[in-house]
Amino acid sequence: MAAITTVELILLTVVSAATPLLLAATGELVVEKSGILNLGVEGMMLVGAVSAFIAMLTTGSWALGIVAGAAAGVIMSMLFGVLTLFFLANQVASGLALTLFGIGISSLLGIPFIGLPIEKLPTLDIPVLGDIPILGPLLFEQDFLIYFSVFMVVAVNFFLFRSRAGLILRAVGESHDAAHSIGYSVIRIRFFAVMFGGAMAGLGGAFLSLSYTPMWVEQMTAGRGWIALALVVFATWKPGRVLIGAYLFGAVTIFQLHLQGFGVQIPGQVLSMLPYLVTILVLVLISRNASRVKLSAPACLGQIFHSNT
Amino acid sequence: MKKFLIAAIAAFTYAISSGLALADDPLKIGFVYIGPVGDHGWTYQHNDGRLAVEEAFGDKVQTSFVEFVPEGQDAERVIRQLAADGNKLIFTTSFGYMNPTIKVAQSFPDTYFEHCSGYKRADNVATYLARFYEARYVNGRVAGHVTKTNTIGYIASFPIPEVVRGINAFALGLRSVNPDATIKVVWVSTWFDPGKEGDAAKALIDQGADIITQHTDSPAPLQVAEERGVWAIGQASDMAAFGPRAHLTSAINNWGPYYVERTRAVMDGTWKSGDVWGGYSADMIKSSEFNAESMSAEVIADAEATIAAIRSGELHPFAGPIQDQSGNEIIGAGATLSDGDLLGMNYYVMGVEGSLPQ
Repeated sequence: MAAITTVELILLTVVSAATPLLLAATGELVVEKSGILNLGVEGMMLVGAVSAFIAMLTTGSWALGIVAGAAAGVIMSMLFGVLTLFFLANQVASGLALTLFGIGISSLLGIPFIGLPIEKLPTLDIPVLGDIPILGPLLFEQDFLIYFSVFMVVAVNFFLFRSRAGLILRAVGESHDAAHSIGYSVIRIRFFAVMFGGAMAGLGGAFLSLSYTPMWVEQMTAGRGWIALALVVFATWKPGRVLIGAYLFGAVTIFQLHLQGFGVQIPGQVLSMLPYLVTILVLVLISRNASRVKLSAPACLGQIFHSNT
Repeated sequence: MKKFLIAAIAAFTYAISSGLALADDPLKIGFVYIGPVGDHGWTYQHNDGRLAVEEAFGDKVQTSFVEFVPEGQDAERVIRQLAADGNKLIFTTSFGYMNPTIKVAQSFPDTYFEHCSGYKRADNVATYLARFYEARYVNGRVAGHVTKTNTIGYIASFPIPEVVRGINAFALGLRSVNPDATIKVVWVSTWFDPGKEGDAAKALIDQGADIITQHTDSPAPLQVAEERGVWAIGQASDMAAFGPRAHLTSAINNWGPYYVERTRAVMDGTWKSGDVWGGYSADMIKSSEFNAESMSAEVIADAEATIAAIRSGELHPFAGPIQDQSGNEIIGAGATLSDGDLLGMNYYVMGVEGSLPQ
């Protein structure tokens, strides 16, 4: 392994700070593109985190840990999907309930696992390329979930804007009645989107408990699910911008800590506020119809679909 | 006659039931926590104190707790509910519960309240806190012996006197054995966010710190220190498991003895309001086992001697001379800062880098 310099270490920290946000936000983006607003990201991340941790600790397998995290997120999201898609429950209320439920159930499941440390998720070093100075370790000596998070941005972007299935998903999000009238199963498509969102949130949680801070403590997400939600709006529903937003946010947080170490004081509260501030700005902008279209907000976001067949 | 009979029966049953209640009903004790019991830090230790009460009194007590109670309106509702449920002794364990505790206490004059870290008291509200700074002074001495880069990274939560006092005590301990060492402070504006605390640890290590200590509640900084090959000093509970090599010691908040004592006072009817601020000598704090793998026997012996000196009252961490950052004398040799001075501390002493956020 090449000698790691301070700059590289700082950049590595930025990458790992951004990854849980990126994973969860990419999933939520697809959910919202299908017209569903799931505010339960924080809850799904927590359940993903605790499940991944338990699976890793009991089986000793990283792969099983990661799969368990994703699966737990999917199960959580299915609860939400059933409530909102089949019983037509209010999405905002159901999403908030999912977060509260996730906080509770993850604490309960995690009780026997508090205070047990595990090894950090190992990095997958790509030979030769990893020896490139500065960029090498940054790009080619990361763990699986970091590679995967970036890959998923590309994949989701391709899926949404270059594939037929993605076109249908977006159509459902823009006008569920029109999509329904030409024969697409709105409910089924949305249910799959919600499950995908759950899997990604679960992976975001798994990254926290397996790699970022390899341990389980209650509420370890500390609000990252909400930041992920804000990032989707911040990115105006574009995967590439989610990537930029997540890394920007990671960078700002880390640099602020470094500046303090060098004796420069910036109120941390201001920085914690930033993503939400931008979110409010975007929300204000999209309240005008013309800019809503320009910013690619799904027209049916949060609306209940009443199938009248 | 009939009326009299009913009244007699009523009085009789009341006497019996209340008599029985006195004989059999356990003393109900409620606890209000700011964080999750699983935080492995502040709340975890308070809950440990609750378990100590259960252990000491068995089925003579019945304890319950409410965790994750935000400071403010919610707190008042929760405290009121606990009092209404018949808890006779209620511990509220965060600074922001001060006003709600006082308010509820006025409506429940027969219930005893214990508020941790506040300054408002009433006939049925006592306050208590541990002198955490004593342990931080000891930790500072340990760090002064162990550090090679003479830079200590300190992860701090919010710039309140309690935290500033801890930083200063650490600095005084540090420089009493190593006058060249300094402390870099990073404020994370949270008591509990493992990710951010870990990131702060990384930032401090990248800037040359070879010992990380913290006034936040998660063990994440320990893990980072272990991974990066530096040392760390934990907070609130024994965090050794998260960095077996890196962990030098942790200052442990030890509420058990106090909670047991106050419970006994309620049972005996001797409970009185008051203010307890206890340190090593009151067993309200203790140091975890020192890591013999990472510290030399001399350093451990020095730390233990320091604890003994603080315990006996021979040494006070804030004994003069003390200078602030710019070299102005705060207090001269032979004098000691008063508790009042300590409780309002709002400046850094010599050896702490950067400026204190206001």
